[in-house]
Amino acid sequence: MAFPHRLDAPELPDFSMLKRLARDQLIYLLEQLPGKKDLFIEADLMSPLDRIANVSILKQHEVDKLYKVENKPAISSSEQLCFLVRPRIKNMRYVASLVNADKSAGRTRKYKVIFSPQKFHACEMVLEEEGVYGDVSCDEWAFSLLPLDVDLLSMELPEFFRDYFLMSYELWRTLEEEEDCETKGRRPEVGHIFLLDRDVDFVTALCSQVVYEGLVDDTFRIKCGSVDFGPEVTSSDRSLKVLLNAEDKVFHEIRNEHFSNVFGFLSQKARNLQAQYDRRRGMDIKQMKNFVSQELKGLKQEHRLLSVHIGACESIMKKKTKQDFQELIKTEHALLEGFNIRESTSYIEEHIDRQVSPIESLRLMCLLSITENGLIPKDYRSLKTQYLQSYGPEHLLTFSNLRRAGLLTEQAPGDTLTAVESKVSKLVTDKAAGKITDAFSSLAKRSNFRAISKKLNLIPRVDGEYDLKVPRDMAYVFSGAYVPLSCRIIEQVLERRSWQGLDEVLRLLNCSELAFTDMAKDDKASSECLRLVFVVFLGGCTFSEISALRFLGREKGFRFIFLTTAVTNSARLMEAMSEVKA
Amino acid sequence: MDCYTANWNPLGDSAFYRKYELYSMDWDLKEELRDCLVAAAPYGGPIALLRNPWRKEKPASVRPVLEIYSASGLPLASLLWKSGPVVSLGWSAEEELLCIQEDGVVLVYGLHGDFRRHFSLGNDVFQNRILDTQIFHTEFGSGVAILTGAHRFILSVNISELKLRRMPEVPGLQSVPSCWTTLCQDRAAHILLAVGPDLYLLDQSACSPVTPSGLAPGVSSFLQMAVSFTYRHLALFTDTGYIWMGTASLKEKLCEFNCNIRAPPKQMVWCSRPRSKERAVVVAWERRLMVVGDAPESIQFVLDEDSYLVPELDGVRILSRSTHEFLHEVPVASEEIFKIASMAPGALLLEAQKEYEKESQKADEYLREIQELGQLTQAVQQCIEAAGHEHQPDMQKSLLRAASFGKCFLDRFPPDSFVHMCQDLRVLNAVRDYHIGIPLTYTQYKQLTIQVLLDRLVLRRLYPLAIQICEYLRLPEVQGVSRILAHWACYKVQQKDVSDEDVARAINQKLGDTPGVSYSDIAARAYGCGRTELAIKLLEYEPRSGEQVPLLLKMKRSKLALSKAIESGDTDLVFTVLLHLKNELNRGDFFMTLRNQPMALSLYRQFCKHQELETLKDLYNQDDNHQELGSFHIRASYAAEERIEGRVAALQTAADAFYKAKNEFAAKATEDQMRLLRLQRRLEDELGGRFLDLSLHDTVTTLILGGHNKRAEQLARDFRIPDKRLWWLKLTALADLEDWEELEKFSKSKKSPIGYLPFVEICMKQHNKYEAKKYASRVGPEHKVKALLLVGDVAQAADVAIEHRNEAELSLVLSHCTGATDGATADKIQRARAQAQKK
Repeated sequence: MAFPHRLDAPELPDFSMLKRLARDQLIYLLEQLPGKKDLFIEADLMSPLDRIANVSILKQHEVDKLYKVENKPAISSSEQLCFLVRPRIKNMRYVASLVNADKSAGRTRKYKVIFSPQKFHACEMVLEEEGVYGDVSCDEWAFSLLPLDVDLLSMELPEFFRDYFLMSYELWRTLEEEEDCETKGRRPEVGHIFLLDRDVDFVTALCSQVVYEGLVDDTFRIKCGSVDFGPEVTSSDRSLKVLLNAEDKVFHEIRNEHFSNVFGFLSQKARNLQAQYDRRRGMDIKQMKNFVSQELKGLKQEHRLLSVHIGACESIMKKKTKQDFQELIKTEHALLEGFNIRESTSYIEEHIDRQVSPIESLRLMCLLSITENGLIPKDYRSLKTQYLQSYGPEHLLTFSNLRRAGLLTEQAPGDTLTAVESKVSKLVTDKAAGKITDAFSSLAKRSNFRAISKKLNLIPRVDGEYDLKVPRDMAYVFSGAYVPLSCRIIEQVLERRSWQGLDEVLRLLNCSELAFTDMAKDDKASSECLRLVFVVFLGGCTFSEISALRFLGREKGFRFIFLTTAVTNSARLMEAMSEVKA
Repeated sequence: MDCYTANWNPLGDSAFYRKYELYSMDWDLKEELRDCLVAAAPYGGPIALLRNPWRKEKPASVRPVLEIYSASGLPLASLLWKSGPVVSLGWSAEEELLCIQEDGVVLVYGLHGDFRRHFSLGNDVFQNRILDTQIFHTEFGSGVAILTGAHRFILSVNISELKLRRMPEVPGLQSVPSCWTTLCQDRAAHILLAVGPDLYLLDQSACSPVTPSGLAPGVSSFLQMAVSFTYRHLALFTDTGYIWMGTASLKEKLCEFNCNIRAPPKQMVWCSRPRSKERAVVVAWERRLMVVGDAPESIQFVLDEDSYLVPELDGVRILSRSTHEFLHEVPVASEEIFKIASMAPGALLLEAQKEYEKESQKADEYLREIQELGQLTQAVQQCIEAAGHEHQPDMQKSLLRAASFGKCFLDRFPPDSFVHMCQDLRVLNAVRDYHIGIPLTYTQYKQLTIQVLLDRLVLRRLYPLAIQICEYLRLPEVQGVSRILAHWACYKVQQKDVSDEDVARAINQKLGDTPGVSYSDIAARAYGCGRTELAIKLLEYEPRSGEQVPLLLKMKRSKLALSKAIESGDTDLVFTVLLHLKNELNRGDFFMTLRNQPMALSLYRQFCKHQELETLKDLYNQDDNHQELGSFHIRASYAAEERIEGRVAALQTAADAFYKAKNEFAAKATEDQMRLLRLQRRLEDELGGRFLDLSLHDTVTTLILGGHNKRAEQLARDFRIPDKRLWWLKLTALADLEDWEELEKFSKSKKSPIGYLPFVEICMKQHNKYEAKKYASRVGPEHKVKALLLVGDVAQAADVAIEHRNEAELSLVLSHCTGATDGATADKIQRARAQAQKK
């Protein structure tokens, strides 16, 4: 079922080097502090670290104990403390408090702070202000790209989304440099580069995912390409950590499939496996020897993986095949298509009234807002009131965040759609600074989803049943109801070989500055490399988008390489916007 | 050829020494060398002369002149000495001139007489004055050893990071030792001194008497001692005219010699080279020069003039008023080739080549001879090596020609050695030129490395030559040309008579975008010379903002720095500037600056959020940003305040701010929150339990669960909870309590705004089928089938579905039909379907 690539699709570059480089640098840094030391790791660096250097490697380089950086005094007794953190002020205060506590206890230890991916001057300033700058040595672990899979690189900056789209506290530099070396160093290899801001397409990220990998992410949360399957999946009392990437043969074949196909596939696979096991009956000794030495291990491995994924499927089915989930999907589709808005609104209202889940409710509200280009004032107020009553008044701040990010807005009364549009575009062009200025302008961003959807034909017209087994377009990742906007844009540009003719769409996307470069040069030699497409998502991408583009690649003979600040989904997006009481 | 070895002098059986002229000096000295303090830097370095030192018989009123010459005698600098009496001069490894004054102050000058800095050797030295000093070079840098007036030794191994070490006292030392020197062994410096017939070794901790092994008896005093260039060997000259030569540890004697001259020599230095055959010492008296080694005879030269010896790595330079000579042991390769009647392969090859040029068939004979012995490779190598050691370009050429000739008859002779030798010689000949005056030998050059040689050229401001060498040797730009251009530019900015524009333009024209050139370094230099405007102009050419900004800050152009930082899009850089500005400007100005830079403002807000909350409030206040101010206060209400009054007060402020921001909704919501908080507080007081910080919904639920129905309803009315929510809420809460009676009562209180399907669902969730059935009957027709299926009444569900004639409902029921029990029902549905289709 995993479709083979077209023969003319280019090979992917090997990214495993990145991992090795990062590991070597980390080891070098650890060795800078010879002798036994305790390592304090910031929570969001833990998973990436695990992918690069596991505990035994750390132990080899004399890391004694591992601690999580949290707001608690450390109990470490080591003489040397090493901190592996993001360059954030709160971390600096943590380090400073630790050092100062030692000082007042008359204790001297060695402290080393390793910043990843880079050191910020402001952090050093904080250390200085806290009076510990001289006691601490600072270093950088310039690890910025983690290869999660053969075609997926992640910068593992999950906070980027909130920082950039909400606070406009940017981590630009790293990114820009990355782009520089990519474009210069690899020019002969990569044909196209797309840089997509997440706020161009919130809709796709807000939808429930129904492709297997996406569903696993939504249900169990994939962290850095690995997932913890709890007892309900493993059907034992222990939970199991599973790496999800192309090396897992079973997973590789089902990851991009619509969930409705997965179970059938797995049972087919199980039958095949059984058949292969069964072959051993009627073997003579020699054949048996061969079988045991060569095939059995592979079969066993496959067997193990199969049982894990079957377990995961069952668990997902149990959760998702309930009435609720179907209703939910139905509502989402209704929102995307823009009919029965009233009904959907009351569905959401009921959702909130029943306190189903704060994140889900928020997600639906945002989806409604974006697809409808803002809520009508009455709904805006009543939904918000209901939400505050259900989930607590602190979410007043959440709403203020969502408004700023353009995720949950109010339709300006009396303003027709076009008037708002022109206002927005004028504002942006006047202050050529573009995105940055835009973020500051008090005028909330607006989406023109409906119009874009019509222009790009995002809602496919379906006569009869959409056959999910043999998908015909990228809409299959949402059960045939919706083609992800981000992916559609990429498809269109690749098809036209330029942005020409997409002016109207771009205008609707609030992109004011357009510079067309001539891509018409089409000599034979370069056409091979033109098929390698580099897609960068600033603010995260979802597995559904990855699946959709992989599908597009298979159909049209492209190979996509994804670079994202982090893999995201609707829940992560909403959590990033939520204000939780400190 | 015979004449070529005319200046070769044999010493013993194994070695020859030769002396040849490097330059004829026209430095027009007015006084004798003996009247001057002289210092010549090793590796063909410059020569410093301080005329008219403080001699007792001279009147002190005449100010002496400090002069610096290149090794070829070209004047580099001349300045009137205005400071105190100088004890000694010396050159550091970086070719800086150290002038050590009697009072312990050391003045450091550049090659061109430019004053660099000065430092003092401490109070101890100042009080006791200096009697004698020695400047020495080790792998750590240049060091200095001092003998003070109190007959104590003080030592510093590296003058660039001055750490003075007082050496232990020498017992009974009342007068100046007859001679002393600095030894460097095992990474530490020691002092060896002679007092009468005794030798003492001073190390850091102790003073111990030592005796050289195998020293001839009858020595009553040592007049002179010399340590070799590499600190490995030591020579001692005694009052009996006896010379002892051995290792620096004194434990091993190499040889001894008796010259029968009892007059103390003026200078004694080692003359050897790495892998020398013979260890020899050069001793100089007023008019006599003697080379002494392990041989019964010595080599003697007559000195026509006052001379000064400069020890080198592989020989001795001899300076005098008119000439500059080099005395060294003839290297092996040269010796083999040029020795009279030598049959070494190299010698034969040289002959062969000469004959070949004469078009004589003898060339062939020679060649055959070498080839028969299979020594052609060796011959070529010898010629190449010997070429390196020749001073005259003509001789170099003929040797190289021979090598090249020999190469023709060899398969696969690797060309590198030949090519490199040609390149090296070309460089060497260029720097040996009279105008440049760096008489490096090949051995010294290899030891020094090309990088250091380039540095020395740069130091002499010979930029064009340095660049030519880089280009000729094809050195990578960053190490070579760019570095030299950068040095040139740094020198250029010091030219005060040229206008800023011209300097900046000239620099940019030459440097362009040469890789490895840092405009900010040049700008920093310009700023160092007090040319701020020029520095700013130069910074314009700097492409890396990370380099621009710090210098701009240093020059107090903070606002320019801020806009550059913002242009760069590098947040870290912006922070750097912001935090700098914050300290530099007063608060009002700082805020005004921020106001014009939205990005900076936003970043600063981020910083404040973590570090300075109060400032954040002020920022919002300044901008009249009431919306954010409101959010700020709400956050504050959650943050620190534990007391309910404080929280309510914070919320009140927030609400006011929201009103100002015309955000009625937020204001109302905040007011509700205040009311709720107060109420929760009251509930906690009256009923106990935890209410604070629950949402409204949860508060009501908690009340119901606690059985306070009245209160719950009151609350619902007060806060205008919509009916639907209330019903959901009550339903869930009562089911949780499993209070079925109350639930039934509630369901009958009025018509349910949410229908009765939820009742069925919730009962089933609690596995109470009995209760569920009660409500199933009350479910409206549109959900009836669903409800019946939920309670498991498939048959009735089928009936209803058939009645409704609803295809979707029919298939739903059908999907619930399982096994044999529902077989009849399934049939019924199929029939109904068939009927419907018929119609």
